[in-house]
Order: sequence, then C-alpha cells, then structure tokens
Amino acid sequence: MRIRKKPVARVLIISACILLFILLMQPLQVIKFRRYIDILFPAGIIGIKELDMLLIIQGLMLIIVLPVYLFTFLFSWWYRSDNKKAIYEPDLVDNRLAEYFWWGIPLVMTLIVAVFTWYKTHELDPYKPIESDKKAMTIQVVALQWKWLFIYPEENIASLNFFQFPKDVPLHFEITSDAPMNSFWIPQLGGQIYAMPGMKTELYLMANKEGDYKGSSANISGEGFAGMNFIAKATTEEEFNKWVELVKQSPNDLDRSSYKKLLVPSSYNALELYKLADSTLFEYTIMKYMHPQKE
Amino acid sequence: MFGKLTLEALNHEMSQNLAVISMVLGGIAMIALITYLKRWKWLWKEWLTTVDPKRIGIMYIIVSLIMFMKGFADALMMRLQQALSVGASHGFINANHFQEVVSAHGTTMIFFVAMGVMFGLLNLIIPLQIGARDVAFPFLNALGFWLFTAGGMLTLVSLVVGSFSATGWLAYPPLSELEYSPNEGVDYWIWLVQIAGVGSTMSGINFFVTILKMRCYGMSLMKMPIFTWSALCAMVLVIFAFPILTATLALLALDRYMGMHFFTASHGGNPMMYINLIWAWGHPEVYILMLPAFGTFSEVVPTFSEKRLFGYTSMVWALIVITVLSFVVWLHHFFTMGASPNVNAFFAIMTMLIAIPTGVKIFNWLFTKFRGKVHFDTPMLWFFAFVLNFTIGGMTGILLSAPPVDFQVHNSLFLIAHFHGMVIGGVLFGFFCAFTYWFPKFTGFMLNERLNRYAFWCWFGGFLLAFMPLYMLGFMGATRRLDHYDASTGWQPLFIVVGVGAIIIMIGASLQVIGLFTSFLDRKNNRDGTGDPWNGRTLEWSIPSPPPFYNFAIVPTVDQLDPLWAKKRGKEPPQKDYEDIYMPKNTPVGFLIGMLCIVFGFAMTWHIFWLALICIVAIIACLIARLSGEDEHDIFKAAEIKAMDEALRKGHKRV
Repeated sequence: MRIRKKPVARVLIISACILLFILLMQPLQVIKFRRYIDILFPAGIIGIKELDMLLIIQGLMLIIVLPVYLFTFLFSWWYRSDNKKAIYEPDLVDNRLAEYFWWGIPLVMTLIVAVFTWYKTHELDPYKPIESDKKAMTIQVVALQWKWLFIYPEENIASLNFFQFPKDVPLHFEITSDAPMNSFWIPQLGGQIYAMPGMKTELYLMANKEGDYKGSSANISGEGFAGMNFIAKATTEEEFNKWVELVKQSPNDLDRSSYKKLLVPSSYNALELYKLADSTLFEYTIMKYMHPQKE
Repeated sequence: MFGKLTLEALNHEMSQNLAVISMVLGGIAMIALITYLKRWKWLWKEWLTTVDPKRIGIMYIIVSLIMFMKGFADALMMRLQQALSVGASHGFINANHFQEVVSAHGTTMIFFVAMGVMFGLLNLIIPLQIGARDVAFPFLNALGFWLFTAGGMLTLVSLVVGSFSATGWLAYPPLSELEYSPNEGVDYWIWLVQIAGVGSTMSGINFFVTILKMRCYGMSLMKMPIFTWSALCAMVLVIFAFPILTATLALLALDRYMGMHFFTASHGGNPMMYINLIWAWGHPEVYILMLPAFGTFSEVVPTFSEKRLFGYTSMVWALIVITVLSFVVWLHHFFTMGASPNVNAFFAIMTMLIAIPTGVKIFNWLFTKFRGKVHFDTPMLWFFAFVLNFTIGGMTGILLSAPPVDFQVHNSLFLIAHFHGMVIGGVLFGFFCAFTYWFPKFTGFMLNERLNRYAFWCWFGGFLLAFMPLYMLGFMGATRRLDHYDASTGWQPLFIVVGVGAIIIMIGASLQVIGLFTSFLDRKNNRDGTGDPWNGRTLEWSIPSPPPFYNFAIVPTVDQLDPLWAKKRGKEPPQKDYEDIYMPKNTPVGFLIGMLCIVFGFAMTWHIFWLALICIVAIIACLIARLSGEDEHDIFKAAEIKAMDEALRKGHKRV
C-alpha cells in the first residue's frame, strides 16, 4: 500500500548540511576560544602526552567512522526504493567473506589501539615519577569542604586555593580529602585523580611554561563544590624561592587548631598563605579516619 | 508520630513552587476530566487492574512520558541556570537546589523514562513476536509495572514534600552518607530506586521465562526475531545486574538508618566499594537500555529495505558478546580512582573490545540496505540519525576508554556529551523509531507523518547543537554539575548555544506530542485496516491492529525466520486449528501493592516506622490473598474464538 514517494534526496541533503554546519563549528570554536581550551593547548609534559594519545586514537577511529558515514549516505541514496537502476536482491542475507571483514577490521583496529593503550597506560600512570634531572617536589593536597589546602612538607609552608611552583620541576602530589570525594584536576598540566577521605592518591605533573593554571574539583562533593577553584602558578625557580621566603613570613600558622577552623564548610574562598606549624598534619588528616576519636 | 516530617518540608524555592503548583493543578484537571467523562469504572476495570501485557505496555509508555516531561524540565532548568550563572550572577536557583535538579534529572531519565519505555516495548512487542497469547507470569508483570510506577510517583512526591537527593544520580558515598547529607533527600532516592529496581527484577524474570518458554510452534532460538533476541540478552543483564543494585542500596540504607559503616569514610567503611558495586550494576544497565534499541533497528531496517537482515547469526552473536563483555568493564567509570596501570589497562581493553560487536552491527545494518529497496519513512529517518550520532558517540567512547585520555576528560562535559550521544542518539532515537514503527499495530491508525518529520528534524539538529559544543566545553575544563562558573573561563557563549539546542529539542518533543494528539483526533482518516501497514516480516504484523485480547486466534506454526515474509511469498507451513483459550483474570492486587509501596517509601523516608510496618503487613496480606486464589482464568471455547476471529478478519482488508 505504501507507494507514496519519499523525498530521499531532501533528507540526505538537509542532514548533510546540518552535520557539516556542526562539524565546521568545531574548528571555528577552536580558533575563537583558543586561549580557553586548556586540554588542546596544554602547558605540561603530561598534558601534552595525553593530548597526543587522544589525537592518535581519534585519527585511528576516523578510519572506521568515515567509511560508515560514506556508506550510510551512499546506500540510502542508491538503494532508495524508486531507483530503477539499483539491483534488488532480497535473498542476499549473508556473505562469509564480508562477515570476516567486519569482524576482522574492527578486531585489528581494536588490537592496535589496545596494545597502544596498554603501553601508554603504563607510561602515563599518574603514580609514575616523571623523568627529569631535577628532584621532584612534593606537594600534599587536602580537599576540604569546599576549598583546597596545599602543604609543602619540605618548605614547611602551606596555602589555600593557590599554590606556586617552579616550572620544569616534576611535582609529586600526595592527595587526600577531609571531605566527601573530590577530583583534583589542573587541565592544562594533565589528568586528574580522585581525592578520597582516609586514603592517599598520588599524581605526578610538570609545567613546562610559566603561567597561572586553573584547577578545580571534577567530582560533586556537596553544595559549594562549584566554588572549589584554585590557581596553580608556575614561575622560575628564583621567583618560587622568593615566594617561599615570603610565605614563611606569614603571620598565619597552620596547626591542628587553625586546621579545624578550615573544616567549617565554606566556598569561593580567597587565597591564604600559612607557615606550617605541624608537619604531621597531612598524615593526621588521613589517619583520623583510621582511628576516629571522639572529639 | 510523623517521624522527621514537619511543615517545613513544604517550604521551597520559587521555581520549585511553580513546578509543584503546575503538577498539582495538572493532577486535579486529570481527575476532573475522568469524573466528567464518567470513566472511573472503565479506568479501574480496563486499565488499573489489567494483566494484559498490551495494556501494561501502553501504561508503561504513558508513565514514562509523564516522567520524561519532568526530566526534561529539569534539563531545561539546568541549561538555563548554566547560561545565566556566570561571574557575579548566580542564576535563578541556588546551588543546593541545582544539585537536586541534576540528581533528579539523571534518576528520572534512566530509571523512569528509559527503563519504562524499554519494558513498555517489551510488553507490547515480545508476546506478539513470539506468537504468544500472554507472558509467562502475568501477575508478576503487572506487579513489576506498579512497582515501577510507585517509584516514579515517589519522585513526584519528593518534589512536593521535602527535597530530593543532591548527590548526583548515583549518590556516591561518603557524600550520600548521613555525615554529609543528613536530610531526607538521599532517603527518598534510596527508596524510590529500590522500589523501581525490585519491579525491574520481576519484569526481567518474567520476560526471560516468557521468551524461553512461550514461543510458538517451530520457533527455535535461532528462528527468533532479532528484537526478541535483544530483549532476551537485556533480560539476562537485568537478572544479573539488578540484584547488585538492590543489595548495594540496602547496604547504603543500613548505613543511614542503623548507623552501620559499609561505605562511610571512617570506622572502617569503604566508599570505593560502593562505587565498584554501583557500576557493576550501572554498566550492564547501559546495555539493558541499548540492546532493545539495537533490536528495534534490526527489525526496522529489513522491513524498510524489503530485504532480510544481513548476517542474522552474526547479529545474534554480537548481542551475546556485548552481553558478556558488559559485565567486565565497570571500572572504566573510575579510572581516576588510582588503581594500578595493569588494572586500568585491563578494563580499558575490555571496554574497547565492545566496539567490535557494535561495529559489526552497524556494518550489518548498512549491508541490509545494500541491494535492498530502501523506504525513507519516519522510522527509517530515526535509524539514519542514529547511525550518524551513534558513531560519533562510539568514537568518543573509545577515547574515554583509554585511561590516560580519560584522566583529562573524566567527569567533564566531554563525558556528558558522550553518554548523551549514546542515550539520546542511541537509546532514545531507537525508542522513537520503535514508537513510529509499532504505533499503528497497537492503535489501528497511523501517526501524523508530517509532524513527526518536523519533530525529527528538531531532534536531529537540536541534539547536535545541544551536545556537540559540550565536547569543546569539556576540553575547556568545564566539569559536570556546576551551578556557577567564573567569567574568565570563557564558557558562557557555548553554554548559550547549548541552551538554544535544548530549546530546539523542546520544540521537537512538543511537535511529537501535538502529532500524537492530531493523529488521535484524526484517527478515522488515518485508519490502517490491513494490520500490516509497513509490509512487515514478523508475526506481529500477521494479526489485526489493534490486536484482539487473545493476540493469536490460532497459535502460529513457523519454520523459518521472518514467517510473515515467508507467507507472503507462499511458503507458509501448515497451521493448527482453533482451540480453547485460557486468559488470566484481572486483579487489583498489583495496583494495591504499588500504592502501598508509595506509602511505604514515603514512610521510610520520613522515619514514620509504624506506617511503614503497616504497609509491609498489608503487602504481605495482599500477596497471600493473591497466592491462595484459585479461579484465576477465563476460558474461551474454540468456537467462540473462531467466530470472533472471522468477524475481525472480515472487517479487515488483507493485502
């Protein structure tokens, strides 16, 4: 009963136009918002390697996706019901060779990507120290409700929602949370890792350029988590040393009693700088979940 | 007496008050309309107490549609807030309410829209496709539906009384523990998901048994329609996965109600365990929704290409491979938890393997069109859009499955764009395809083609506009669930574009609803007298539309795939003769238990334990009453059925 003609050409042309419009928007967005697109323009070695991997996998995937797009349009057009020239073969239901092809091609592609992924996952393991002739600098990170505390155990200083570090020096983050789970993320430097209460996760990052890099919590942790932003500032070694000396002059001491004040939930906090008065503070924030004391 | 419930629970923000008022007014209007039309008795006898899967299927879809409106309103609020709340401005809803909206959106869309439409489709299609008159356990099926509805209604109740969970749709502890979420929100979430989840397990068992035991004569497993195969695989997933959800939520409830410490941060609890468990359910859940959509396309493409599905056997194996693999990939939802690279790489590779069977399916669909006669009716349009969107979603999925890349885009809007590409571009477009395809079967009239095409274009364009910029926002460091961001991030222009996309989608959805109503009003002109408007291939098109209550006057005998197609080409095996039919009687027990579950969930949420206890006793009493009933079937004599069938067929013009 269904002989009404369907405007196949119109459907294909309109959808192709919409697709092209949206796809062309992507490179235009990259040009227009260049300075905001942290992940595509990384400033640290980890971020650069992670981006490389993204682009390589993306390229491999296009080898499969583009033919699919092509065939979708081609077959829809050529085998439209009113095309007299097209062959109609209703009993063409299977073809061994073809089946081998499309189980085989994705299999081979996946194996290539899988081997590549295995190798890269080990290379870019967040716990793996970055190779460098400079000694890694340890920074302890505590996610609080809803701010980030950075402790420099070697320099005996601490800061809130801000930290400074020398460029080209590997950073070794030890991360925990004295709050619900958060995720520690500085997009321009490299990938994130969860900050969990009672546990310590680790992350190695390095900045290769000076600059202020935005960081945030990528995991919901309660009402004020949108305001959990911080700045990671990469400078030269001299500037960093000057900054450390400056912070050591700070009138604020960070010990357990002032830490307790930080535990009061608050959001959109301004930066603060502290002298570290209690060098076991980071261990304390983890261990207190192991041996909870009545307070 | 009333536990934690006080009048304070009715105090809301302005935007929520508006929603509550419009919802209550809508409810009153509905009741008034039913009373005016004097349809209460009809409603009770024909619908609320029914055990007929065709009726239950339609009710599933109506409930899902109502829940979709709520979930979609949530989405629009989020997008509006994110377009406005920059720098000094904090938008029109506060942070806590925003997080409730986010959590409600996810919960509603997955549990009460996607699951609802999925089970609705199964109820409608499966018995017809396998040549059965009913499902294996009609009462269990009705009970499953009412538990699902009870969960949905509890979501709406939470809008009016108290607040919803503000912890994201999966309520990760320790945020969802008493320490950080002391109010009733998470409790609402636990009980409404728990009730709906138990209902899903029941429906899963019912359809698993139905497909295995109730197929018509000669329909061996490898002669089953591919949609039925996809449903079988999805039901295996339901049966394995949903008990995990039930147990996990029970443990979280014990933490919150009894002071236990399964997932608390301190006292030896382990929040990571919850995240593992919830995704051990959560990943199969994705495929529970996805597989029936795959099945739908595997029915639609051959029908509209006038050609058998290319590579049926390999399609079945692809489904089975996906089913098995979906249980060994859950860790890819949290590569960032700090597992060793060996663990991460293992789960990454397992995830990538799923791309193989999925790719095979896409190629087989494409080659079903090859040397076919492709008709571009609306269902085929949805398939077309599905392929285009799903391949983009699949591609970004592979990116996300590589741990080092995932570290950079995890929990960002890139992830959101990916899974909405799968859930909208895959699941939802699949359901729309199914809806436009099978609609005439159950109503006896066609949908308004023109309006549906306009709706299609709105969805197609709107979807791309609303979600493609999210990939870029993810690259710009925008994370999910943010109620506010700084102007220096440069995100606002793209958020505005995304908002416009959402509005175009809204126009599309409205056009669909209008299309539904105009088709209904104009049903005399759109009537399909043939029962087979699309030149179908499977058994459901061999009977009149809408199907009589007994589905098949004679249980069909089949000897190959696509039995109706074979019949059209003169290759029908000899059929049996009329026989007596046993049909189950209606029962109000499912409905009653559903209503009791709403009260139970509400009472537990507000710690009104005496009321909860009464509900439990009443539910057990209902079950005992039901289980001790004896006369549960109506018998229809063969001669009676023959007369009805001949009368029906006389009214129908066969092709």
